Amino acid sequence: MNAFDQEKTQIDDVDRSMYEQKGTMAPKFEVASGLTPEIIETISREKNDPDWMREFRLKSLETYKNTPLPSWGPSLDGLDIDNIVTYVRPDSNMEASWDDVPDEIKDTFEKLGIPEAERTSLAGVGAQYDSEVVYHNVREEVAAQGVVYTDMESALTGEYADLVKKHFMKLIPPTDHKFAALHGAVWSGGSFVYVPAGVKLDIPLQSYFRLNAKGAGQFEHTLIIVEKDAYLHFIEGCSAPKYNVANLHAGAVELYVAEGARLRYSTIENWSKNMYNLNTKRAVVEKGGAIEWVSGSFGSHTGCLYPMSILKGDDARMEFTGITFAGNGQELDTGAKVAHVGANTSSRISTKSISKDGGSSTFRSSVTVAPGAHGSKASVSCESLMLDSESRADTLPAMDIRNDDADIGHEAKIGRISEQAIFYLMSRGLSEDDAKAMIVSGFAEPISKELPLEYAVEMNNLIRLEMKGSIG
Amino acid sequence: MAQNLLQVTNLKVSADEKVILEGLDLTVNKGETHVLMGQNGAGKSTLGAAIMGSPAFTVEAGEILFDGQDITHQSPDVRAKAGVFLSFQTPEEVPGITLENFLRVAKGAVTGEPPRILPFRKALSAEMEELQMAPEYAKRDLNVGFSGGERKKSEVLQMLTLNPKLAILDETDSGLDVDAVRTVARGVREFRTDENALLIITHNAKLLEGMQIDKVHVLVGGKIATTGGPELVDLITKHGFCAIVDENGKCLMSGEDGGCAVGEVCEPAAMPGGAR
Repeated sequence: MNAFDQEKTQIDDVDRSMYEQKGTMAPKFEVASGLTPEIIETISREKNDPDWMREFRLKSLETYKNTPLPSWGPSLDGLDIDNIVTYVRPDSNMEASWDDVPDEIKDTFEKLGIPEAERTSLAGVGAQYDSEVVYHNVREEVAAQGVVYTDMESALTGEYADLVKKHFMKLIPPTDHKFAALHGAVWSGGSFVYVPAGVKLDIPLQSYFRLNAKGAGQFEHTLIIVEKDAYLHFIEGCSAPKYNVANLHAGAVELYVAEGARLRYSTIENWSKNMYNLNTKRAVVEKGGAIEWVSGSFGSHTGCLYPMSILKGDDARMEFTGITFAGNGQELDTGAKVAHVGANTSSRISTKSISKDGGSSTFRSSVTVAPGAHGSKASVSCESLMLDSESRADTLPAMDIRNDDADIGHEAKIGRISEQAIFYLMSRGLSEDDAKAMIVSGFAEPISKELPLEYAVEMNNLIRLEMKGSIG
Repeated sequence: MAQNLLQVTNLKVSADEKVILEGLDLTVNKGETHVLMGQNGAGKSTLGAAIMGSPAFTVEAGEILFDGQDITHQSPDVRAKAGVFLSFQTPEEVPGITLENFLRVAKGAVTGEPPRILPFRKALSAEMEELQMAPEYAKRDLNVGFSGGERKKSEVLQMLTLNPKLAILDETDSGLDVDAVRTVARGVREFRTDENALLIITHNAKLLEGMQIDKVHVLVGGKIATTGGPELVDLITKHGFCAIVDENGKCLMSGEDGGCAVGEVCEPAAMPGGAR
């Protein structure tokens, strides 16, 4: 008997085994592990890059070699980049119909419920398997409004080539940090989205990343441009089966939000627990525009994820809502960054973290208010819940305020799960697991209600799954 | 066995290595209402919590039989499923789950069968009306931001919904105004049948008004010092705990106003049955 079965209906239970199915299909092409200019040349040739991109990759590789590992944050000792396979092409072309996607790959996505979700609640779907996008489709009525949703490779050479070149890794330059440089050198796959001025998409676009190959890296690049007064909700899901060697995810997400536009970017990250998730996400928001991040981090061995918003135009806004769940062996270092540049800009960072079974979660945030960002408002609130005495929660908020009329608020709360609350719920008939799951789901509720329904349900299922057999 | 619902024998309970209950005996039969009185710190709430299986207390010796089943070392959810209910003195706030959803889950857990949503909702709103709870409380997070009075009503609502065999009410009247005490008392009276039983921990005779009381126990120093009928409630209400004396007529407890000291023989002379 399960406490939450009645909570939200119509979605089947999710259990971890779904993510653990390893696809057995042999890849079509795989580069040798490690990083040399030859390997980069091979990837570039294999992908039919334009010349500028080949040069960009080689230059990024040089930057990578000359950039030290970050001296802060979780240990990356378990990550042996020389043994990460940077490029794995599945034996499939990019298709616009699921029928044409090879059965092996389609099965994997079917099990993850992606085609079903596309039929019922999405405007368009992209699905990436290892290094390449295997499926991309947008509803006709959406395409008719001029919305472009395609894989990065097609965008690089197609109609929007100039637009891509103009924006590609301009927000996140390869010199930003070592893994941004690595991304610049070996990136593959990802999505390009263009929403023309005034177009408001009322149903979301979704992209799903699946890393199936063992000991590989996934380096997808997502580039989204939302033009003046347009609106888009973009959903990103990630998963991978678990292997006993480290996998690496170092994607990059660049979001351009034009004047008066609004972009909502939702992510549920459920990578397997051998994954190093070193992802970089950044948005720039023009006058009166808004970026809303919703972020759930559940998987990964080690994670560093701090989506950044640059509030460039006056009156630009950002909201970041995030939840992190660190279980046994996980070290998740998550948070958000915001730079207030324009006047009267506002930001709200609100996060919750849960750690259990020796898991460690760190909240890290950075708020910068530039001298010219007069009348800006920033609020940071983080709450951590530890489920046992082995677990760890840290809070590292940084603030750099360069004017004297900014309105800044910060609130942090770290606590243990209340024994008395568990007793209270158990005295009403709930088992210990269900009582804890109810408390944890309740703690996470302000975040889960921001997620699309099926993701909220998935999140509750993940929480329940994590709570089963946990040491109290 | 059919009549005997709760049998506590020689129960010794400690918390943080401090002994609180020192060999307590108590029997409650089906169809009975028992009242537990005693000064602060006598161990009343500890007894309630120990019967429910609170992890804050350790059972050092003795046993608790419930409906023929030894529940001394069972977890609280097993006890709840067996039919024990405790109304908490200070119920916990649980953010993120509404009172209604919580109660539906709890009802399903206790009965082993999830209730159907619409009939459940209907029954719940009827009970809430009875308790004069505003309907929006069903949609609010469990106890979050509830006033003291609403929390107590929420506890009684939970009792009525889960319909246990034994309900232990731990100062369910404290913090309530006169009208709310009457409302809660009505709810409690409505609950009692020949098949269930009540153990009421209280200081307040108001809650007991109009209630058929079978036994009144006075707890002193972790033991039941004396047991009597409903007249004990009046006596204590009138004279305070100074009314409770040993077989020699000596006070077992000092009065709140310091009128007499423990062991002192004071006027009027001792009454039979261990109470004046």
